[in-house]
Amino acid sequence: MSAFIHMGGYAAYVWPAYAVTLAVIALNIIGARRLLRRSIARARRRLAVAGEGAR
Amino acid sequence: MSPAALTAIRLILQRDLRVAFRRPGQLLQPLVFFIMVTLLFPLGVSPELSRLREIAAGVLWAAALLASLLALEFLFREDAHDGTLEQQVLSGQSLTAAIFAKTLAHWLLTGLPLALVTPLAAASLGAPSASWAGIVVAVLLGTAALSLIGSIGAALTLGVRRGSLLLPLLVLPLSLPVLIFGARATQLAIAGAPYLAPLQLLAALAVLGVTLAPLAAAAAVRVSLE
Amino acid sequence: MAWTWFHRLGSPPYVYALCARLTPWLAWPAALLIAGGLYAGLVLAPPDYQQGEGFRIIYVHAPSAWMSLMVYTVMALAAATGLVWRIKVAHAVAAACAPIGASFTFAALVTGSLWGAPMWGTFWEWDPRLTSELVLLLLYLGYLGLRSAIDDPQRADRASAVLAVVGVVNVPIIHYSVVWWNSLHQAASVMRIGKPAMPPAMLLPLLAVLAGFTLLFAALLLVRVRGEILERERGARWVAQELAQS
Repeated sequence: MSAFIHMGGYAAYVWPAYAVTLAVIALNIIGARRLLRRSIARARRRLAVAGEGAR
Repeated sequence: MSPAALTAIRLILQRDLRVAFRRPGQLLQPLVFFIMVTLLFPLGVSPELSRLREIAAGVLWAAALLASLLALEFLFREDAHDGTLEQQVLSGQSLTAAIFAKTLAHWLLTGLPLALVTPLAAASLGAPSASWAGIVVAVLLGTAALSLIGSIGAALTLGVRRGSLLLPLLVLPLSLPVLIFGARATQLAIAGAPYLAPLQLLAALAVLGVTLAPLAAAAAVRVSLE
Repeated sequence: MAWTWFHRLGSPPYVYALCARLTPWLAWPAALLIAGGLYAGLVLAPPDYQQGEGFRIIYVHAPSAWMSLMVYTVMALAAATGLVWRIKVAHAVAAACAPIGASFTFAALVTGSLWGAPMWGTFWEWDPRLTSELVLLLLYLGYLGLRSAIDDPQRADRASAVLAVVGVVNVPIIHYSVVWWNSLHQAASVMRIGKPAMPPAMLLPLLAVLAGFTLLFAALLLVRVRGEILERERGARWVAQELAQS
């Protein structure tokens, strides 16, 4: 196991590279979901305002 | 190209040149900037010509790139403000031809003078006089390509707040090939080696720019004036 | 008749519903392929005979680099479609591509630098591949900057579309000029991607991660496109119905 973490001396390069890539993936997933959630919330708010205006 | 379009190109060219010569201060700005930047390097690096000669090509091209970028903002801005550009869009004449004429005028007013003062800057950086002809041709071709690429950026940032900050970000990455081939041709010329190959690549970029850039810039002007 | 599917792809409510339906079918295979591929790459694949364990960075670098170029191409195609046929959905796709592409270009840049560091002895070398990625990142940032600088969403769509098309014409020119520039100074890159002699135990995990990243991009794109469509369809009646259901 420790040999795996050691990565034949390349641990200082391999693990940060994987960490950065996984972080980019995670941020993309969070960012995409947040964009959608916010757009839905904004659209709902607009609909509510329009509904009051019609009444 | 129809004769009407050629007449339009000639008229726009004449008008733009005449308007520009009414404000000589604005014309000199990029030139003074170019000379100043190239002067900074001897003062910052070393007075030894042999050392300056090694970086001369890079310095000349970085300075030329920045100087032509500085002048780009004036390419369409005033005509967009006073409505001239909108009239050209509505005139029924080819907007692509009009944009080409304006870009050509812009190059005659910035690229051409820049190329003519390059020997001064090159001499101050230790380039031998035998290399000047090659350098001037490279700068002529390079600034033409830069003006064409820049016309797209200038058209895109027409209706934009903080456009002057955005313009370099749009134009510089696209200008990279011009910088690479131009600097290489200059380097070879200074070293006394044959420099035709990069010069031809530079000419290819300019030709590609002439054919495609006015089309893209015209589309961008239409979007910006919508 | 054969073209009805194409016309439907221009209709925002249809695309919105389609995106919502397709997303899980892309997201879960993407997760499986990436997890499996990275595990196989880290544990099962044999070390490289020259670069030892350090070569394992290829399993994150090459897919990120692939994403950076593929997403830019998709973005430019969508932008061109939107410009020519004035399709709102196409502009929404182009807008959704940019942040994804920019982030993976950043990942490709960082992982490339980490891969090269032990061979070069420095974190930055003017390697042609890395230089091209850097320029690509600048192109993405210019696109995002132009988009955010224009307030009117329709004008932002069309202006950035022109920039994307200009950019995609320039990407190969920039790449070959950088390669040409670099070939004058040093030998080829240490990053031998797509080397034909790669044994299957090394190659299969790479292909799995590549496929996984592509599916991940599609899933991310579909989620983002829904958001972008909602922003472009303010006050449309179908939005009220769609949001009332969920």
